[in-house]
Amino acid sequence: MSERFFPDGMPPPLADATTLPFWRAAAEHRLVVQRCTGCGHTRLPPAPVCSECRSAEADWTQVSGRGEVYTYTIVHRPIAAGQQLPYVIAVIALADAGGVRMISNLVGASPDDVAVGMPVELVWEDMSAELAIPRFRPRHV
Amino acid sequence: MSRRAHIVGIGETRYTRWGKIGDVTEHALACQAIQNAVADAGLSLDEVDGLASFADDRNEAVFLAAELGLPRLRFGNMVWMPGGGGGCAAVSNAAMAVETGQADVVVVYRALCQGQFFRFGTGGVDASAPAPPKAPSLQQANSLMLASMGFAMPYGLLMAAAAYALPTRRHMHLYGTTSEQLGRIAVTFREHASRNPRAVMGGRPMTIADHQASPMIADPHRLFDCCLESDGACAVVVTTAERARDLARRPVEILASEQGAPKGYAFGHFTNANIADELYATGGCEELAGRLFGKAGLGPGDVDVAQIYDHFTGCVLLQLEDYGFCERGAGGPFVASGALSWPNGSLPTNTHGGSLSEAYIHGLNHVVEGVRSLRGESTSPVEGAEVCLVTSAACVPSSALLLGRR
Repeated sequence: MSERFFPDGMPPPLADATTLPFWRAAAEHRLVVQRCTGCGHTRLPPAPVCSECRSAEADWTQVSGRGEVYTYTIVHRPIAAGQQLPYVIAVIALADAGGVRMISNLVGASPDDVAVGMPVELVWEDMSAELAIPRFRPRHV
Repeated sequence: MSRRAHIVGIGETRYTRWGKIGDVTEHALACQAIQNAVADAGLSLDEVDGLASFADDRNEAVFLAAELGLPRLRFGNMVWMPGGGGGCAAVSNAAMAVETGQADVVVVYRALCQGQFFRFGTGGVDASAPAPPKAPSLQQANSLMLASMGFAMPYGLLMAAAAYALPTRRHMHLYGTTSEQLGRIAVTFREHASRNPRAVMGGRPMTIADHQASPMIADPHRLFDCCLESDGACAVVVTTAERARDLARRPVEILASEQGAPKGYAFGHFTNANIADELYATGGCEELAGRLFGKAGLGPGDVDVAQIYDHFTGCVLLQLEDYGFCERGAGGPFVASGALSWPNGSLPTNTHGGSLSEAYIHGLNHVVEGVRSLRGESTSPVEGAEVCLVTSAACVPSSALLLGRR
């Protein structure tokens, strides 16, 4: 099991058939984005149709998990019992994912140091044997 | 145009802090507000043949129509999506119904009793509850909305104060907007509320120092950047120019209404990290604003008074730029100049105190105040006001109205 950052009581991911492959890959510590096989447009969250060329054909591409903070908020109210406060919710612009961003957390950083543009890298948090959540930490370059 | 839609009546119940109304049900409050609005118009409930609401209102039109003894219900309507983006859209849909003859008198209503259901501010989660003994696991999303939330909730993104901090923080990064500038919005609306006997925070003056000392909720949102959580209900009555002619009150014309979302917007910033870069640090309403003003043949300079949806101070600032009251990025200096203040600002805004200081009724109370401001009945009255802009929540699919007195 990985280092833990958040308590068990955090809301679990909710998935349907379209988004399930993302979480299946996450359980294997692979961060994937959906890529349209028609035009190459990448998207996250996953969707049944490409918004650019309207093709329904798509596959999944693993990305490095490097990126930078696009925007963030430092939250001072808990969601789950035992949660460490404050915590950082950040929008991460992924470096090699066709411009795709994702909502996640920034961990392992003092809230005072968080800034837009901060380089980050992926860190997996195993919430249980079947569930891993992608979070990010500062990347020292 | 004899079927041109006008607002002819407004009504409210008492407004309180969330959880304070426990002696009546939420739908009873909706009934009271509807009855008050119909009485204000000088109409009878026997003439009401349409009901419209928004934000997944729990108070279904079919039940209200039965409880209120409406002779017939010809039009019942609910706008897309939860959240406050649909208040003006509900009025717009009522206007469409009366203008096309689907109904003659439509009442738009919204009732909220958060204490009887759940507090929006908590995201519906009890953070003090122990974790279930079962190991954390993936759960089935049984709606498109929940599948979308699946990419926000595991990171603790459940409360609106955190979600809408994201575009505001980006705006601060791009343009140097400050917390003190956001505070100016909250302080201005609080001052307006001081004259409004309905305002929940009417007796609670606020200074910039008070704002800066209020606890941080989700940076950059301090407590006083966040709207109230309230119990209460309000309603407005929409009918045709022809029917409006001999009613009790001076009718207020719906000059234009618009609703919509930009490409790829989905539910907006709450769940969508991939809003286009040029739209991310905005309220997403710029295109809608252009269509709205175009329809009415008016521009931002023609607006005498504005009622702008204020779930958070930052979202007000983003909308001021979206609607063209200042350049993109100039919202901070614009609000700091005192532009929003009654009576001397260039754009007196939220003359009732808004959701930050009157009450949080999902912004339908902003439509009510828009009507009051054009009737000359606001407690912060703008002399000779002829055009009022009313907006619904930004950073989600939104809607807006231009109201006029001719």
